[in-house]
Amino acid sequence: MSAVAHPTSTGLDNRKVAMWTFIGSECLLFGSLISTYLVYQGRSVTGPTPQEILDIPLTSISTFVLLMSSLAMVLALAAVTRGDRLWSRVWIFATAALGAVFLGFQAYEFTHFVHEGLTIKTSLFGSTFFVLTGTHGAHVAVGVLLLLTLLVRSFQGKLGSDKAMVVEITGLYWHFVDVVWIVIFTVVYLLS
Amino acid sequence: MTETNTEHTHTSTGTYVTIAAVLTVITLVEVGVFYVPAFESFLAPVLLTLSAAKFILVVMFYMHLKGDHPLFTVILTVPLLIAFGVAVALLFLFGVFVLGGSAV
Repeated sequence: MSAVAHPTSTGLDNRKVAMWTFIGSECLLFGSLISTYLVYQGRSVTGPTPQEILDIPLTSISTFVLLMSSLAMVLALAAVTRGDRLWSRVWIFATAALGAVFLGFQAYEFTHFVHEGLTIKTSLFGSTFFVLTGTHGAHVAVGVLLLLTLLVRSFQGKLGSDKAMVVEITGLYWHFVDVVWIVIFTVVYLLS
Repeated sequence: MTETNTEHTHTSTGTYVTIAAVLTVITLVEVGVFYVPAFESFLAPVLLTLSAAKFILVVMFYMHLKGDHPLFTVILTVPLLIAFGVAVALLFLFGVFVLGGSAV
């Protein structure tokens, strides 16, 4: 990626327009997955049911962790923009670490569900739940990898304030993953 | 020269922390409401409203849509509305919502 953005017909950075367009398409993807979950909600003929198996306190904590990762992400962007290498590394690492913690919560939850007899093949609830939350988890995993790449670039001395747009675009992806979880937490866990 | 987003450079750390605190409080209220039996009859609208508030706060302040170019708002809003429309249509088609009646 070049350090200086080229002139564009819209006057906007093409990479940023591309990321927003990608996020728009992701709205449709997650919209269809959430719709599928809702359509089949309460139609499983075998258990465990959502009421029996979902752990609201545990998921509330993981939701808090993901919300705090978004705070760390904006603080990372602010640090990169002002050319503060130390704090940009601290906040990028914090964001990636919080993302990894969220994935740890999800891994624990999935493992617990499987031990309780709920797999992707057990019921409509199992299929729609694992596909929806699993797809979201995969997005978080990609986000963590992107953040770790930024961290490596920072330690290589290649993440100065001239690369703030790269961090901003990564941040857009990360915040989108966060807002998707806001919806999933409400629709899947609290309205179950 | 391409336009760069300078809005986030003017947003203070204090604003970001305040937004995080508000998001945390809303999440606590959501979980609290979930456990209060008195809210059971109107749990869905309350939770969906609180969830929408969190969504808007993150998009406006953390994704900087508030001070950014309007094109980005259009790029996000149009697919979001389509997704919402598809969800509502599917819920009607599969009988989860029933016109002039209660949910199945």
